[in-house]
Amino acid sequence: MLLIYCPYCEEERSELEFRNAGDAHIVRPANIAEISDEEFEEFFFLRQNPKGLIFERWRHIHGCGRFFNAARDTVSDRFYTTYKAGEPKPDVAAILKGEQDKGAAR
Amino acid sequence: MADLATATRNAALTTRGGFAEVVLTPAPAASRLSLRAGADALPGLSAALGVTLPTRPKTSALSGKRHALWLGPDEWLLIDEGEGDLMAAAASSGTLHSSVDVSHRNVAVIVSGPGAEVAINSGCPQDLSLPIFPVGACSRTILGKVEIVLSRIAEDTFRVECWRSFSPYVFGMLSEGAADAGH
Ligand SMILES: [Zn+2]
Repeated sequence: MLLIYCPYCEEERSELEFRNAGDAHIVRPANIAEISDEEFEEFFFLRQNPKGLIFERWRHIHGCGRFFNAARDTVSDRFYTTYKAGEPKPDVAAILKGEQDKGAAR
Repeated sequence: MADLATATRNAALTTRGGFAEVVLTPAPAASRLSLRAGADALPGLSAALGVTLPTRPKTSALSGKRHALWLGPDEWLLIDEGEGDLMAAAASSGTLHSSVDVSHRNVAVIVSGPGAEVAINSGCPQDLSLPIFPVGACSRTILGKVEIVLSRIAEDTFRVECWRSFSPYVFGMLSEGAADAGH
């Protein structure tokens, strides 16, 4: 069973208590009524779907109820880190370097 | 010559009379409040409700017959097993908050006995060992396919709160787990 660390509950919980909520750090345009259809499409529908590291929103829906963010690997399903909503996006290079160091230590 | 293995067969209703390791009891009626509030409202609400609202994850507070269960950073479930009027108490606090009377939305099952942990773990993924989920610990979580609020009221006793319409499922699920706890 996949365990996910909830930054609000401060402990690892079963994936069964969580729900994915799409990509993280998507900023809603402040002038949403003025943007073109193409710009709206870009903001609302178009995502990268990367192979590897992705930043996502998750919700601890059957726990504390909170949305938070996670850095996850779409190939291995491994969660690199999770952090509270509103906190800055972690540095990608630092995450990947941390993984490399862990791998070297193994 | 190979030994023959024989499966034992349980008759359909053998466990209907109860279980050796686990006792399941529907909890008496109680009044309940779903409470949402920000940090600045907590001292006023705690004073008005007569119980200190816990702010650490997975913790609860008990004062007389009144329990306050932490569900999230700004959310609590209050349970009063006495005659207290939770809605009136919250309303008298003079604080900005949201309270909803959910007394009749929930029912609770008390699960007790040496097999209580095993019975609940048959459908709940949380670690219920005493160091991780001590007496007084509480959490919203899942049991099988429904959401519950679980709290440990004694070393071998849990309170399982669920929505009323889910209670036959919850009781059935716990019964299955209780039957397995003896093996
Ligand atoms: Zn949580």
